Amino acid sequence: MKLVFALVTGLIFGVGIAVSGMMNPAKVLNFFDLAGSWDPSLAFVMAGAVFVASIGFRLASKRPSPVFSNRFQLPTAAQIDVKLVAGSAIFGIGWGIAGFCPGAALPALGTFRWEVGLFAAAVFTGLWLHRAAVSFRREHLTA
Amino acid sequence: METNFTPFASLAGGAAIGLSAVLLMVGLGRIMGATGLLSGVLFAESRDELMWRLAVIAGMVLSPGVIWGVTGAMPSIEVPVSPRMIAIGGVIVGIGARMGSGCTSGHGVCGLSRLSIRSMVAVPTFILTAGLTVFVIRHVLGGS
Repeated sequence: MKLVFALVTGLIFGVGIAVSGMMNPAKVLNFFDLAGSWDPSLAFVMAGAVFVASIGFRLASKRPSPVFSNRFQLPTAAQIDVKLVAGSAIFGIGWGIAGFCPGAALPALGTFRWEVGLFAAAVFTGLWLHRAAVSFRREHLTA
Repeated sequence: METNFTPFASLAGGAAIGLSAVLLMVGLGRIMGATGLLSGVLFAESRDELMWRLAVIAGMVLSPGVIWGVTGAMPSIEVPVSPRMIAIGGVIVGIGARMGSGCTSGHGVCGLSRLSIRSMVAVPTFILTAGLTVFVIRHVLGGS
């Protein structure tokens, strides 16, 4: 039941990504192209998502625990550190180059377009490279 | 490449994205973040942690098929960049999203909605660097 519920949340997410236009790199890149063929649509995607989630999360937090789990697992970090800012800056550069972000690419995989598969493989490579670099540094560069 | 301004479809799609994040929180108590889902699958720590993430991802991957079933057409994907740029951008996205602990869905949708201070720093940061990157590629280097 838990897994079926999880699948349905993914399905709703993916339909939202597709309907909103986030799945289309041409549209995503045009959102950032204020000096060229600007398309402000993506601001409406964020507005719609944050509006619904702000209210929903507030209501959800009134529950003692989730339906299919014994506790809410929320990020607890509150520090603004170099990793957060540098990582976000790097992410934005990649997003601006490719036009896909991970949340758009996952549902887009279902269209069987090879460009999406290429992007997904590249993201996996990046995730793995970062992890490998972190563990290398932990093993070799810390006393 | 010009694209049409679609305020209503984008608002409605955004609302569905927000709804899915709320449902995952109410149901499983977890954040709907694509980077977290992918990292959790790639570096799974337990079977249970792997399975719910795979289920969410499976639902996502099924969504274009559902849209095709209802409307008779796949959602449109126009790729105005070269395969090389997709590959380079993807690797950079993977490194950055993991280093910054999130991407558009995790920080953008969930983090901002939870009023997370970290997300309030992360989101303007990646929107700014994405905008600068597009500006440099299209208007300084003269690419498409």
